[in-house]
Amino acid sequence: MSTSEPFDGAGRTWADRETASAIAVRRGLAPIVPSDSIAGRSLGAVVAIMTFLAALAAGAAMLVAGAANDWESEVAREATIQVRPAPGRDLDADVAAAVAAVRQAPGIGDVRAYTRKESAELVEPWLGSGITLGDLPIPRIVVVKLLPGGAANFADLRKALAAQVPGATLDDHRGWIDRMRTMAETAVAAGMVILALVIAVTVLSVTFATRGAMATNRPTIEVLHYVGATDGFVASQFQRHFLFLGLKGGAIGGGAAMALFGILQAADAWLTGTPGGEEAAGLFGSLAIGPGGYIAMFVVVVLMALVTAVASRRTVGHTLENIE
Amino acid sequence: MIRFENVGLRYGFGAEVLRDLSFHIDSHSFQFLTGPSGAGKTSLLRMLFLSLKPTRGLISMFNRDTATLTKDDRATLRRRIGIVFQDFRLLDHLTTYENVSLPFRVLGKEEAAYRGEVVELLQWVGLGERMDALPPVLSGGEKQRAAIARAVIARPQLLLADEPTGNVDPNLGQRLLRLFIELYRLGTSVVIATHDIALMDEYDARRLVLHEGRLHVYE
Repeated sequence: MSTSEPFDGAGRTWADRETASAIAVRRGLAPIVPSDSIAGRSLGAVVAIMTFLAALAAGAAMLVAGAANDWESEVAREATIQVRPAPGRDLDADVAAAVAAVRQAPGIGDVRAYTRKESAELVEPWLGSGITLGDLPIPRIVVVKLLPGGAANFADLRKALAAQVPGATLDDHRGWIDRMRTMAETAVAAGMVILALVIAVTVLSVTFATRGAMATNRPTIEVLHYVGATDGFVASQFQRHFLFLGLKGGAIGGGAAMALFGILQAADAWLTGTPGGEEAAGLFGSLAIGPGGYIAMFVVVVLMALVTAVASRRTVGHTLENIE
Repeated sequence: MIRFENVGLRYGFGAEVLRDLSFHIDSHSFQFLTGPSGAGKTSLLRMLFLSLKPTRGLISMFNRDTATLTKDDRATLRRRIGIVFQDFRLLDHLTTYENVSLPFRVLGKEEAAYRGEVVELLQWVGLGERMDALPPVLSGGEKQRAAIARAVIARPQLLLADEPTGNVDPNLGQRLLRLFIELYRLGTSVVIATHDIALMDEYDARRLVLHEGRLHVYE
């Protein structure tokens, strides 16, 4: 063989490799399993993309869960009394009686009845302006602010209301809260399912890549066995590559996801006050995922690196059992 | 050092390729293993190297029954045996120096601890100027000497060589034989598998002859 013959697909010749190796001898030994025999670049890209998706799923789940939590606590701090007009009864008097009935109860903060004008504004989008509410049996709303600590007893409040104002009902927003909680839990569960799927795909990719790398390096593995290497030594030669690859791919993918959320947060701050910004804030609350979200994404990065290392370790172990 | 008792070997459900092998290899001994092509020399060498298990019989190596060894035990025992393959089995991506250092790297030794020893051995086998060369640019004789250097660098108690002169000219073959004799004089037991009659005539030594699956020993 001539030294000018190609060594690899990158146009290097055996002479180039020889020079590189000579330098390696002076600087330190060449790795026993060559890096370029491992499907490094493509597998690194797979790990990076998978980590990006996993971190995105984790961040999005945290965002939705955080927004739902904000809505929930906001809604849970209030209760609503609906006073329906009844024949032969004075609605304003009923509203005043309802306000008086709940104001004295424990755990109640501010109690405010919507005026006729405010009630008309509430139904204006559907019924148009210029409506005289006296002509329609439109119920009146009383907003009850609850003091923090949950001291309010809704059963007692309902009894007191029923005794004094027959047409009044108390809505403690429980239905809304339950629905929102279910939605938040569904979002988190969806995030976990996506994370599990991404991990499964990563495990499969790493397993195939490890098997491929070991098949490519089978002559090297055999020689290592001939010179007295234990399976543990051989496995460590492969695992070093895959752990580095997992950490590198994970850092790139996780870093990109963190950068994306950082940009969203910056855009959120920039758009605050604009109509679009208000819409987004109404839907998602703040687009900031907070330190908890970044910690969750960092955990995902570490998890993906570990998954890569463990999947390759298991594959190396299984493959070595079949190589004497 | 090594003892075979009624050892038989078959591949799959076929007939036995080696039958009733009973012999021993003493420490500090020199022997040729010979026989016609296909007689089972390489299979016997592989059993001696613990990379092939017999289908029957007892093999005792370094006072251990090989049937009871774990995979890691076999790896540890192999460190006491050096082997030279007919096709050299050098790693193409490592330099001659790195290939010969491999047994030390496997033991986890630091390069500083063995560098002098490897360089000295490479000079002794005439590869002092080719330390940084990669196997694909070495000649057949250079590869053979690099493979021998790798097999003996960790000072094995037993050296096995499979047709070590099969790929080299007669002149180099004689030089390699002198190298093996020198190693034997330094205390290593040597088994050379060959069907090169001329080579065996060069040195009067014990002969293990395989014929039709059986072994005949000529002291």
